[in-house]
Amino acid sequence: MRRAELVAAVLMAAFSGYLMWKSAELPFGWVPDEGPGGGAFPFWLSAIMLVCCVWIMVNWYLRKTPPSQSEEPFMDDYARRMFFLVGGGVFGMIGLVHIVGMYGAIALFLLYYVRFLGRHSWRTTIPIAVGAPVAAFFFFDVALRIVLPKGYLEPLFIPLYRIFL
Amino acid sequence: MRTLTNRIFVCCAAAVIGVAFMTASAVTSGAYAAWEPNKPVEFVIMAGKGGGADKMARLMQSIVEKHKMSPMPLLPVNKPGGSGAEALVHLNGKKGADADHTIMVTLNSFYTTPLRQPGLGVDSLTFAPIARMAEDTFLLWVHKESGITDVDGFVAAAKAKGNNWIMAGTGKASEDNLLTDFLNAAYGLNIKYVPYKGGGTVAKQLAGQHANSTVNNPSEAEGFYKAGTVVALAAFTDKRLPAFPEAPTFKELGKDFEYYMQRSVVGAPKMSAEALAYYQGLFKAVFESAEWQKYRTDKSLRGDLISGDAMKAYWQENNERHRQMLIKMGAIKG
Amino acid sequence: MEILSHLAGGFLVVFDPLNLGLVILGVTVGLFIGAMPGLGSVNGVAILLPMTFLVPPTSAMIFLAAIYYGAMYGGAISSIMLGIPGASTAVATTFDGRPLALKGQADKALIVAAGASFIGGTISIALFTGFAPLLAHVALDFGDPEIFALMLLAFATFVGLSGDDVPKTIFSICIGLVFSAVGLDIMSGEPRLIFMDISGFMHGINFLVLAIGVYGIGEMLWTIEISRGETQMSKATITLPGILAHLLGTLKLWKSWTIGSLLGFFVGILPAAGATPGSLMAYGITKMTAKDPRAFGKGEAAGVAAPESANNAASTGSMLPMLTLGIPGSPTTAILLGGMVIWGLIPGPMLFVEQTEFVWGLIASLYAANLFAFLINIGFVPAFLWMLKMPFTILAPTIFVLSLIGGYAPDENMHDVWLMLIFGVGAYLLRKLDYPMAPAVLAIVLGPIAEPKMRQSLLISGGDITIFFTRPIAGPITVIAIALLLLPLIQLIWRTIRKPA
Repeated sequence: MRRAELVAAVLMAAFSGYLMWKSAELPFGWVPDEGPGGGAFPFWLSAIMLVCCVWIMVNWYLRKTPPSQSEEPFMDDYARRMFFLVGGGVFGMIGLVHIVGMYGAIALFLLYYVRFLGRHSWRTTIPIAVGAPVAAFFFFDVALRIVLPKGYLEPLFIPLYRIFL
Repeated sequence: MRTLTNRIFVCCAAAVIGVAFMTASAVTSGAYAAWEPNKPVEFVIMAGKGGGADKMARLMQSIVEKHKMSPMPLLPVNKPGGSGAEALVHLNGKKGADADHTIMVTLNSFYTTPLRQPGLGVDSLTFAPIARMAEDTFLLWVHKESGITDVDGFVAAAKAKGNNWIMAGTGKASEDNLLTDFLNAAYGLNIKYVPYKGGGTVAKQLAGQHANSTVNNPSEAEGFYKAGTVVALAAFTDKRLPAFPEAPTFKELGKDFEYYMQRSVVGAPKMSAEALAYYQGLFKAVFESAEWQKYRTDKSLRGDLISGDAMKAYWQENNERHRQMLIKMGAIKG
Repeated sequence: MEILSHLAGGFLVVFDPLNLGLVILGVTVGLFIGAMPGLGSVNGVAILLPMTFLVPPTSAMIFLAAIYYGAMYGGAISSIMLGIPGASTAVATTFDGRPLALKGQADKALIVAAGASFIGGTISIALFTGFAPLLAHVALDFGDPEIFALMLLAFATFVGLSGDDVPKTIFSICIGLVFSAVGLDIMSGEPRLIFMDISGFMHGINFLVLAIGVYGIGEMLWTIEISRGETQMSKATITLPGILAHLLGTLKLWKSWTIGSLLGFFVGILPAAGATPGSLMAYGITKMTAKDPRAFGKGEAAGVAAPESANNAASTGSMLPMLTLGIPGSPTTAILLGGMVIWGLIPGPMLFVEQTEFVWGLIASLYAANLFAFLINIGFVPAFLWMLKMPFTILAPTIFVLSLIGGYAPDENMHDVWLMLIFGVGAYLLRKLDYPMAPAVLAIVLGPIAEPKMRQSLLISGGDITIFFTRPIAGPITVIAIALLLLPLIQLIWRTIRKPA
């Protein structure tokens, strides 16, 4: 935990620096008769972020905050495993949207999560994995007319559009 | 055992999807009389919700729905990002069937945004010319309590206040900004231009006397005008507007200047000729509908329907004009 | 008296069977749209706008207003049950609504939210009926410096919102504000902070992308880790006497809903401010004036009643400048305004004179919509609680799926969904190190209003900052806001000085 606290502070400091550099693309000084320039607001706020990161590092050195005192691991085995299984699953779902579309990705994700992480029976899994995308299709595409991406499955939906839209 | 069931399941699923694909593509390629959209049409709006372009797009959408003009609905999506830059990039990237199902409502940022941000790699003249539905007009407005009744009074008052005369407008380097520059140059003024997010907010700044003048479209200032809160001094048009007969044109006042906002519908640059023809027909029908004609008169819009090559020529002319105006303003280099 | 006869006429319009049916349909649809994370009243009204062409304008407006109302009630449902604010107006509801649900008191939270919404709505409609034309002029007096001062006040009421770690809290506020600056700098018309030139950043970072990332994905990853796979979500049950008891309990929270209703209504009237700052300020002030401010954020019913009464009051309030001046007070009213224009009505000062049937029909329909939204909401509470009883391994993936759709729907953009995932994972990791996340979410909501208003004011004054102090309305608000902002700092210094002694 103690090491993670420092790593996070350093990373955030670097990110603040990047934000300052990026904000400096627009004038960040005081433009006479106009007030602050376009980059001023994000630039100076990023500067404050940088100061905060240094402050966090000082607290780390002085061991003033709970995370900087804790010698427990930042993530134990269980946490790491769940992070990769669940976080990875969500990552996979979002990636799949580009290929099999929103509904395909939702069905596959629910199949993966409910069946393999949740260890529910196929009898529970299949109705959820099929029912959720179907319900979502009728709620979003048909009722609200928010057309969600279909990826390469688009041709499958054309007859459905003809019937329901 | 379990892995086996899994595999069987996956194989079955793949087979089902495969068969469905083939039937679906057979169905789509079978019907081939005249091109018609076979999925919902993405109707991109280059501006935010609630603005002039947005209202107009939603009106067109509802006319299409009401008269069942299209087999598939038009679905408005607002993409105001980067003064329309995001919308232009979005359309520019559409290919194949997507390009045939994406259209956009544009305004004059259609010219100015690609000119100001050449890094986008967008050329306005490559977009598919569906229809110019109207041109919106601009007037010069002041608050009733300023006591100003004509342009001479306006010039005198603005001269007296110098840099403290505030013109509220929509966005930087936008239509309102160009018109303010014209007034500054034509009458030797030093008006301060303050940009706001939308035309409605601008109208409110004037009504609350937080700004001294605006160059709103009639539809934006109408409510306050009817209530007598704001006064129309002059119109940036070639003829006086029927709804504002008391406001002379700048031409009458000896300045050879007119300026309009295009209200057009364009298609993605890679749109097929068949799809373009379809949309040209669709928006011709929208244009001719009683609702659209009424809206045109009510909101002091002008301009006839043009499309195809005539529209391209119109773009060419206006693109060049905006290039010159932006160079003069110092927003881009020559 | 004239008002009462107009109002009676309005009720005749509402009790027309078509209109009454539309009110009930509208609030039900609105309730469900509002309950979806990512979809709020703006989406509901925008999506259903074209469908209103099938009925006369008055009925159409009544229908849309009913959706608006229903969605305001619905926003609380997602905040309480999933911990994801359904819309920016419901952010403050998560602060105490979510802890209540986790304590097994989701029923209490949902009913207090509905009760407070009803009270807030009723008070504000009554104010609306009585003082509409009078208050319209107050709205016009608020220029840029005044709105900025108000935003400063909203921030000030939130200082010390969460976290004992001072640098991490400041960091969180600043990062939210910087993210709010992404997109277009409207003052110079230049693109700003377009990271790696990805065009998706041009529309800025929508508040919902951060909120769903933090509360949907980050929060779920955190819960999964902490619970070690043994989560039982909620054991709340509901009975009719229970409902009545909680409703009576809501009445006892009179202080928070009075603050909420009045503040919400007033802030709602001001153009550009809208319901979100109103509900945040109501929460902040209720907390400040409470006997035990430390109980807030841990499941305090008053912390649900204040923002919920405020956001409903504000939604009514924001219709006032729309009808009387033609100025939208919130994004949703901007769409409603568009609808009125399409129907051929001209919003503005003449509407009350020329279209009395329309105006008073609408006002009367607000009373009806408020009542029906309340009843329908209460009616659905058992169904919502039943959903919470699903096993966690089914509820969790459902929340991820809702987050995915919720991140996509507002701007219909996959870029936002990826950003949401990055925010979610980042929030999860930082949260483990005690970085508070709520300040960042608040900052990204208020930042896009505050920054342009500050710069517009300074442009008008020619760079003179005294503009915030010398104007009759802005001056006192700014002074109060600065005093509140400095208060914790003074306390800190005071404590440091006293400590050695």
